[in-house]
Amino acid sequence: MSLLLFVEQLLNGLQFGMTLFLTAAGLTLVFGVMGLINLAHGSLFMVGAFAAAAVSAATGSFLLAMAASIAAAAAAGALVEVVVIRRLYRRDHLDQVLATFALIMIFSEATRWLFGSFPLYLNIPTYLSGPVTLPGGIEYPLYRLTIIAVGLLIAIGLFLLISRTRLGIQIRAGESDREMIAALGIDISKLYTIVFALGAALAGLAGAMIGAIQSVQVGMGEPVLILAFVVIVIGGIGSIKGVLIGSILVGMTNTMGGVLLPAFLRLFMENSAATAAGSALATMLIYILMALVLIVKPTGLYGART
Amino acid sequence: MTRETVINGLLALLLLGVPLWAYLADEPFLITLATKVAILALAGVGLNIALGQGGLVSLGHAAFFGIGGYAMGILASHAQSYTPLAEWPWTIEGSNSMPVIWITAVVTSALAALVIGALSLRTSGVYFIMITLAFGQMLYYFAISWPAYGGEDGLSIYVRNGFPGLNTLDPIQFFAITYVILIATLFFAARLTRSPFGLALNAARQTSERVETVGIVPYQLRLTVFVISGAITGLAGALFADLNRFVSPSMLSWHTSGELMIFIILGGTARLFGPLAGAAAFIVLEQMLGGLSDYWHIHLGLLLLVVVLFARGGIIGTLAGEEVRHD
Amino acid sequence: MTDPILSVHNINKSFGALKASQDVSLDLRPGEIHALIGPNGAGKSTLIKQIAGGLRPDSGMVRFLNQDVTHLNTVKRARMGLGRTFQISSLAMEDTVLQNVMLGALGAHGRTFRFWRPVLRDKALREIAEAALARVNLSDRASFRTSDLSHGQRRQLEVAVALTLSPRVFIMDEPMAGLGASGSVSLTAFLDELRHEAPILLVEHDMDAVFALADRISVLVYGQVIATGTVDEIRANPEVRRAYLGDET
Repeated sequence: MSLLLFVEQLLNGLQFGMTLFLTAAGLTLVFGVMGLINLAHGSLFMVGAFAAAAVSAATGSFLLAMAASIAAAAAAGALVEVVVIRRLYRRDHLDQVLATFALIMIFSEATRWLFGSFPLYLNIPTYLSGPVTLPGGIEYPLYRLTIIAVGLLIAIGLFLLISRTRLGIQIRAGESDREMIAALGIDISKLYTIVFALGAALAGLAGAMIGAIQSVQVGMGEPVLILAFVVIVIGGIGSIKGVLIGSILVGMTNTMGGVLLPAFLRLFMENSAATAAGSALATMLIYILMALVLIVKPTGLYGART
Repeated sequence: MTRETVINGLLALLLLGVPLWAYLADEPFLITLATKVAILALAGVGLNIALGQGGLVSLGHAAFFGIGGYAMGILASHAQSYTPLAEWPWTIEGSNSMPVIWITAVVTSALAALVIGALSLRTSGVYFIMITLAFGQMLYYFAISWPAYGGEDGLSIYVRNGFPGLNTLDPIQFFAITYVILIATLFFAARLTRSPFGLALNAARQTSERVETVGIVPYQLRLTVFVISGAITGLAGALFADLNRFVSPSMLSWHTSGELMIFIILGGTARLFGPLAGAAAFIVLEQMLGGLSDYWHIHLGLLLLVVVLFARGGIIGTLAGEEVRHD
Repeated sequence: MTDPILSVHNINKSFGALKASQDVSLDLRPGEIHALIGPNGAGKSTLIKQIAGGLRPDSGMVRFLNQDVTHLNTVKRARMGLGRTFQISSLAMEDTVLQNVMLGALGAHGRTFRFWRPVLRDKALREIAEAALARVNLSDRASFRTSDLSHGQRRQLEVAVALTLSPRVFIMDEPMAGLGASGSVSLTAFLDELRHEAPILLVEHDMDAVFALADRISVLVYGQVIATGTVDEIRANPEVRRAYLGDET
C-alpha cells in the first residue's frame, strides 16, 4: 500500500474518532455526573442530523443547518430530561436501560412518521467541498478535515469548560460527590438539565456533520452509540481525556483495520477470500481491543469508578 | 398456594389452551403465534435467570439467541446441501435432527457465554451493560460481514428439522415440543432459585461482600449463572430459527436483546413466569397495534415507559399484588 | 504466653495524603477479647478491612493461624476461619432470616454449586443454621423477611451468620450499635461466653461493654495505635485520656 493511501486512511480514522468523541463525550458526562446510562443518546445524534437536513433543505444554508442541529438536539435533550430522564436518576440501571430503550423506539418511530422511511441527504457546501492538498502532496477532502478541526476545537473547549468555568466546577463536584453539590447550594435539577442538553447538543452536531457524508436516516445513531460505549469502556467512565484517547484509538482501529487486515491476509490467501475474511475480522477488531483493555485494566484507561 | 402460583398456573394453561382451541377450530396461524410466545418466553426465562436472580443486566443476550439460531442454520444448511461442515481434523456432517441441533446450540452458546461472561464480569454496573452490548454487536457485525452463511441476507432452510416420532411440520406438534421445553425450563428455574446455588446467587446480588465473608466467590456464581442463562437463550434461538425456517443477523441485533428485556419487565422482573406473561403481552400487542398503525413501536415505547416509571411489578406484580419472594 | 492466633505487623495504608494506618501492630490471643477503640475517623474500619481481606495494606503483614495471609483475599481468609460481622448490616434483606444463616452454613460446610435440591431441605446445613439462630435468640424470627427485623435483631443475625462458620477468630465491627440497653447487656453476656470458642477482635463504641469484656484494649488515633493494655492500664494512660477519653487533666 502506498504511503499516500496510508496517510489518507490515518486521517479517515482520526475523522471517525472525532465524531465518536463528540458522541461519547456527552454520554460519559451524563454518566459521570448523573450516574445515568442513556441508550437514547444515539437518538439525539439522529435528531441533530434530521434537523440539519430539514433546515438545509428549507434555507440552503449549511451553517444554519449546523446551528439547527445543535439547537434541536439540545432542546430535545432538555425536554426528555425534564419529562422522563430525571425520574430515572434514583432508579437502578435496569430501569434506566429499559426507559431509554423505550425512548429510542419513540424517537425512531416519530422520526419515521415525520420524515418517512427514505433517507434524506445533506449537501456539503461548495466552500467546504473538494480536496485540499496537504504538505507532502496528499490530497484530502476539505470537509473531513473540517470535521477533525471542529472535533479538536470542541475537545479543547470541553477541557476548558470543565477546568476553568463555574459550570465545570459544578460538574466535577457532581462527579465526585452528589451530596456536596447540594450542600454548595447548587440547583441540581438545573445543572442536570444543562449537562444533559450539552451532551445532546454535541451528539446532535456530530450527527449533522456525519449526515453530510453518509445519508440521514432513522437508526443512524445506533452504530455510533454502540461504538461510543466501546470508547467509554476503553477510556474509563466519566473521563473526557479517556473519551478523547478512546475515540481516536477506536476510530483508528476501525478504519485502519478495515484496510490493513485484508491487505495483510492477501499475503497468505487468494484475493477474494482475503478480502472477505479480512473485512469480517476487521469488524471485530475494536471489540478485541476492548477485551484487551478489560483484561489489563477493568475500569478503563483513565477510569476510577466501577 | 400464593396468588402468584395461581396466576402462573393459569398462564401455563392459557398457553396450552389457546393453540388446542386453535387446532380444533383449524386456525394454524394462532398456533404459530402461541409457538412464538413459547419460544420467546423461553429466551426470556434464560435472561431472567441471570437478570432477576443474578442481578446481571445483560444487554447482549441476542448473542446467545443468535448463536443458537445459527447453530440450527449452519447444521441444517449443510444437511440440506449434503456438504460436510468441516473435513479437518474430523469430518463433521450437517444435521437436520432437532436433538442434535439443540445440543449444538446449547453447547456453543454456553461456550460463548463463558468467554463473554468471563470478560464482562470483571466489571459491574453500567460497564457490564455496555460491554455485554458491545460483545453482542461484535457478533452481529461479524455475521453481517461473513459471507459463508448468507451474510446480511441470512440463511433459509426449506424444511423444518425433524424430531424422532413427530411430524414437526404439523404446527400443533411443533408447538407441543416448544411447550414441553418451556415448562421443563421453568421447572428447572424454579428449582434453581431454591437450590444452594440459587441461595448464594441471590445473596450475591443483594450483598456481594457478605457472600465473600462466608467463603463463596461471587464471580464464580455469576459466571455460572451467565453460562446457564446463555445456554437456555441459545436453545430458544435454535427453536426460533426452526419456527421461521430462517436465521439472519437480526437475531443477533441489540434490538433483540432489548426485546428480551422488555418481556421481562412487562411480565415482572424476577418473577418466574414474568417472561411468559411479557412475551405473550408483546405478541398480542404486536398483533393488535401492528394492525392499527404502521408506527406501533411508538405505542410500545410509551407503554414500556409507563410500566418502567409507574408499574414496576409488571403484569404479574400487578396481578399478584405482592413483592417478589425468593424462597 | 500463648502464640497469637491473629496478628498484624507494622501495617501501613494511605489514601492519597491521608494515612489511614500508620505502622499498626496488634495481636489476638486464644480465649481473649481484644477491643479496638478510637474516635470516628481513626481508621478502625480501614484496619478491619485489611485484616479481613477487603483491602491490601501498602506495607506490613497480617498473620493468621501462623500463616502469612497478607496476600490472600477475603474468601480465602474466610475459609481459613476468619468470621466477621459488619458495622453496617450487609445481610440479604430480601431473604428470610433463616436463608441468611443458611448462606453462612452453606459457605462453610456445603457445596454451593448444586442446582437441583432445595437448600432448605438439607438437614445438616439446616441444623447448623438453626443452632446459630437459637444461640442469638432469633429462632422465633426464622421465617421473617430480614428487612422486617429491628435494627438490634439484624445485629444479632450478623453474629448468627458468623457463628455458622465455626470460625477460629471473630472480628466484630460495632456489634452493639443501636442495640438498646437490654440488648447490649445480653449480647455482652453472650460474647463473654463466646470468647472461649474463639477469640474476638471487637471494635466498639459502647465503653461499658468494652470495659466489661475486654482482656486488652488497643487505642487507635489518626491511624496509629497509641496504647495497648489491660482495661486498668488504658484507663490510667494519660495519653489515652488526653487523646481520646477527652479528659482535660
